[in-house]
Amino acid sequence: MILGKKKDKDVEIPSASLADIVFLLLIFFLVTTSIDTEKGLDLVLPPPGDIEVKIPKKNISNLFINANGQAMLDNEIVEVNEIQRLVKEKLFENPLLIVSLKTHKESEYDVYIKVLDQLKRAQAKRISLADPDEE
Amino acid sequence: MEFKKKTKIKLAIPTASMPDIIFMLLIFFMTVTVMKTYSGLKVRVPDALKIEKLDVSKRHIATIWVDKEQNIMINDITVQEVKNLRNRAYELRVNDPLLIVVLKIDEKAQMGIVNKVQQELRKGNALNINYSARPGEL
Repeated sequence: MILGKKKDKDVEIPSASLADIVFLLLIFFLVTTSIDTEKGLDLVLPPPGDIEVKIPKKNISNLFINANGQAMLDNEIVEVNEIQRLVKEKLFENPLLIVSLKTHKESEYDVYIKVLDQLKRAQAKRISLADPDEE
Repeated sequence: MEFKKKTKIKLAIPTASMPDIIFMLLIFFMTVTVMKTYSGLKVRVPDALKIEKLDVSKRHIATIWVDKEQNIMINDITVQEVKNLRNRAYELRVNDPLLIVVLKIDEKAQMGIVNKVQQELRKGNALNINYSARPGEL
């Protein structure tokens, strides 16, 4: 028995509006995307727990920031924008130098970032954040 | 005097491939878009010179805001006490080992709160942080 073949019907999805629909979707995603990337200063915190590492005194440089936004590098009061030069000189003399950064709890975050920025520009890779003084 | 009209040439840009091009653009933007964005707190981040772009996509970023009034917010959840930050940071870190915590701290904030936040992040094992900053000029 031969089954009669069905007549080929002209079935087609209209694709004329496809481009328009895709355009709409494109515009939606264009508008919602925000390309701007976050920028800032990277830092890796030490793992939790107190690890006592003995560092020879000559490899440590102390940097304090007080509540008035003044900086003190190795017992000398310095201008914040001088730190880059001073630390660079110290690093040249001793490449193993670790800068220990200590802040007063009332000092401003702005100064801290400025100092950190100076240290980064001086290519000081070894920065230690000392615990703030407990009172 | 009459100018001779130039013969008309049939000019047409082929539009047959237009949908394909648009499709490619669409797919690009669909993959790039990250839908979740947080409103955060109103802060004015300090400016710095040696700033670097984050080398991970936005999917691996958690943001902490600290404003002048010492309010703390992590990913749009207000943190009442600094101590609660530890668990939140830990959860986020466990779910995403590549996590980078972006700190958006107001330039007028005091270091006391910043240090506390940092200690909590250490205890929550979220160690990669990034101080958000505006590009400054020399």
